[in-house]
Amino acid sequence: MSQPVELPRWMDVAVLPAVNLAFALLMAGAVVALVGFEPGQVLGLLVKGAFGSKAGISYTLYYATTFVFTGLAVAVAFHGGLFNIGGEGQAIMGGLGAGLVALAFGAHLPAWAMLPLMVLAAGLFGMTWAAVPGALQAWRGSHIVIATIMFNFIAAALLSYLLGHALKEPGNMSPESRAFAASARLPGMHEALAWLGIAWPRTPLNLSLLLAVAAAAGVYLALWKSAPGYALRAFGFAPDAARYAGMRPRRVILASMAASGALAGMVGVNEIAGVHGRLLPDFVAGAGFAGIAVGLIGRNHPAGIVLAALLFGALHQGGSELAFEISGFSRDMVFMLQGLIVLFAGAMAQVAAPGLARAWRLVSLPRGGRHG
Amino acid sequence: MDEVLVGTIVASTLRVSVPLILCALAGVLCERSGVIDLGLEGKMLFTAFTTAAIGVASGSLLLALAAALTVGVLLSMLHGYACVSHGGDQVVLGMAITMTAAGLTVVLGIAWFAEGGQTPPVPDSVRPGGWFGGIGARAAQLPVVGPAFALAFFGHNPFVYLALVLVAGVWWLLYRTRFGLRLRAAGENPAMVDAAGVSVLRLRYQALALNGLLSGLAGAYLVLAQNPSFIPHMTAGRGYMALAAMIFGKWHPVGALWACLLFGFLDAVSIRLQGAETPLLGAVPVQAIQALPYLMTVVLLAGFIGRAVAPKALGRPYVKES
Repeated sequence: MSQPVELPRWMDVAVLPAVNLAFALLMAGAVVALVGFEPGQVLGLLVKGAFGSKAGISYTLYYATTFVFTGLAVAVAFHGGLFNIGGEGQAIMGGLGAGLVALAFGAHLPAWAMLPLMVLAAGLFGMTWAAVPGALQAWRGSHIVIATIMFNFIAAALLSYLLGHALKEPGNMSPESRAFAASARLPGMHEALAWLGIAWPRTPLNLSLLLAVAAAAGVYLALWKSAPGYALRAFGFAPDAARYAGMRPRRVILASMAASGALAGMVGVNEIAGVHGRLLPDFVAGAGFAGIAVGLIGRNHPAGIVLAALLFGALHQGGSELAFEISGFSRDMVFMLQGLIVLFAGAMAQVAAPGLARAWRLVSLPRGGRHG
Repeated sequence: MDEVLVGTIVASTLRVSVPLILCALAGVLCERSGVIDLGLEGKMLFTAFTTAAIGVASGSLLLALAAALTVGVLLSMLHGYACVSHGGDQVVLGMAITMTAAGLTVVLGIAWFAEGGQTPPVPDSVRPGGWFGGIGARAAQLPVVGPAFALAFFGHNPFVYLALVLVAGVWWLLYRTRFGLRLRAAGENPAMVDAAGVSVLRLRYQALALNGLLSGLAGAYLVLAQNPSFIPHMTAGRGYMALAAMIFGKWHPVGALWACLLFGFLDAVSIRLQGAETPLLGAVPVQAIQALPYLMTVVLLAGFIGRAVAPKALGRPYVKES
C-alpha cells in the first residue's frame, strides 16, 4: 500500500511531471520502434514538421489554440473539484451556437457586430451544455462525470440531426450547412498580418489565437487574483472547510461548470468561425479529450496549459507531416501518445513518486545529513 | 408477416445487446467492489483488435478467444496497479485506457496488416456458427407464433446464450456466495471488510480480473459474431452505453440486463425506423432514438424517475489505517 510521499515542491511541480512525460514518450518510442520506424528519425521529422517552417509553426499554433481552450476548460472545473469530461460535447455545442447565429444573422450584420456575437453564442451554448450537468450534480446529486459523458453523446446526436435536416444545405450531398456570409468568418492570421504588411502563408491559424491567449490570462486572473476565484479553488481543495467558511457549494459547482463549458465552447469559434466557415460534423475531433491530457500535463495552471497545448499542437502538426512523409505512419500515433500521457501523467502520476523520493534522499542526505 | 417482423426485431435486439450485457456485467463487478470503470470502451476495443489479429494469424477460435481474455485481464491488472495499489484517479485511468486503445489499435493495425488500420476478415473457422438450430426448426412447426419464436430465440451465436447465462452467474456470485458478499462490502464499507481480516486490495483485484475476462468476451464478440474484421473505433461508444446501462440497472446484474436489452432494442428499431412514419409521433429522427439511452440515464441519475445509488466507496482508493 503506498502512502502519499513527501517530495520537495520543485520536484513535485517540475521533476515528477517531467519523469512521467518521459515514461509516456519512452513507451511511445518503443511502439514506434516495434512497428519498424526509427524513433530518433521520427522525432526529428516531427520537430521539423511542427517548427521547421512558417506554415508548420502556424499549424502548430492553430492546433494549440483549440487545446488551450479545452485544457483551460478541464482546469477550471478541476479547481472547483469537478472532473468535466464533457469538453467534447460542450465544444460541439459552442460550434453549433456560433453556426446558428452566423446562419441567422450573417447576411444582415457587419463583421464588427457578427464576430463578437458568434463568440458570445459559442460561449453561451457551451456554458449551457456544462451548466446542466453541473446543476444536476449540485441540486440532484447525479455524478458529473457520468452526466457529462452522456451529454457528449446527446450533443453529437443533436448536431448530426440538425445537419441532416434543418441546417442541411439543399443540393449538398454531405451533411453540412451552407457557407457563412463573409462577415461571419473570423479573419485568418495571414489576412491579419497582411493588414500589417507582413507576408504569411495561408493556414487555418486565425484570430482565435488571440482569444486563447486572452482566455489563459483571464483564467489566471479570475482564479488566482479574484475573490470568487479564490472561493472556487478553496471549495475544490477542501469542500467541507469551504462550506464552514460560508461558501455555497451549489453556486460554486454551477459557476465552475459554466465557466468550464464556455471555455470549451470557444473551440467552436476557432474551428467553425475561424477555419471552416460552415457547420459540419466532427469538427471537434477528440479535442475535448485531448484537453484532459493538456490539463494534466499543464498541472491545471494557465501557464502550464499554454505550454502543454503548444506541445500537443506540435505533436498533432508534426504527426500530420510525418503521416505525409513516411508511408505507414498515421496520426493515430499521436492519439496513442496522448493516451499514454494521460496514463502516466494522470492515472499513474504518483507511481514514480516513491522512487523519486528515494533517489532524492540518496542525493541530498550525504550533503545535508539527516534533516528532520 | 408481422410475426416474422417481431421475431426479427427480438433476434436483432438480442444480438446487439450481447456486447452491452457483457460489458455492463464487467462494470457491475468492478464498481460493486468500489472501483470505477470508465475504461470499458477501451478494453473492448483492445480485445476486439486482439481477437481479430490473433484470429487472422492463427485461424483458431480458441487462440483468438484466449488472447482476447488475456489482454482483457492484463488491462484490468494495469487498472488495479494504478488505481488499487497506487491510489491513482480511477476516472483518469479509464480515459487513459480508452484514448490509448483508440490510437494503439490503429497503429498496430496499419503496421501489421497495411489496410489503413483495418484487419482482414477472420476466417470462417474462427467464427462460431449458430446454436440450437435443430430445436428452432422444430419450434417453427408450432402454430401461429412458431416461426417468429424460432427466429427470435434459436440459431444464435453461442455468445448470445453465454451472455444470458453469465447474467445469472454474476447474480449468483454477487448475491449467493461469500466472495460476492465480501466484494459488495468492499465497495460499500471497505474499512469493515478490512477489520474482518479480509484484504480489500485482493478483493478489488479479483473483481478486476473478472471484469477483464468479461470485457475481453465483449470485445471478442464484436469480431466473432458481428463484423469479421477489426475496424478502427469499431466499439463506437458501446462501452459508454454499457456504463449507462449498468447505472440504469442500478449496479445490479439483472437490472443491467434489462437496461441493455432496452438500449439494444432502441438500437435495433432505430435502424428500421429510419425515414418511416410512426402512428403517433410522425417521422421520428433516428438520432433522437440513438440519444435516448443517454438521456434516460441522465434523468435517472438525477433522481427524476426512481433513483440509482452508486456503491458508497465507489472511486475511493482504500488506504489502510496504520
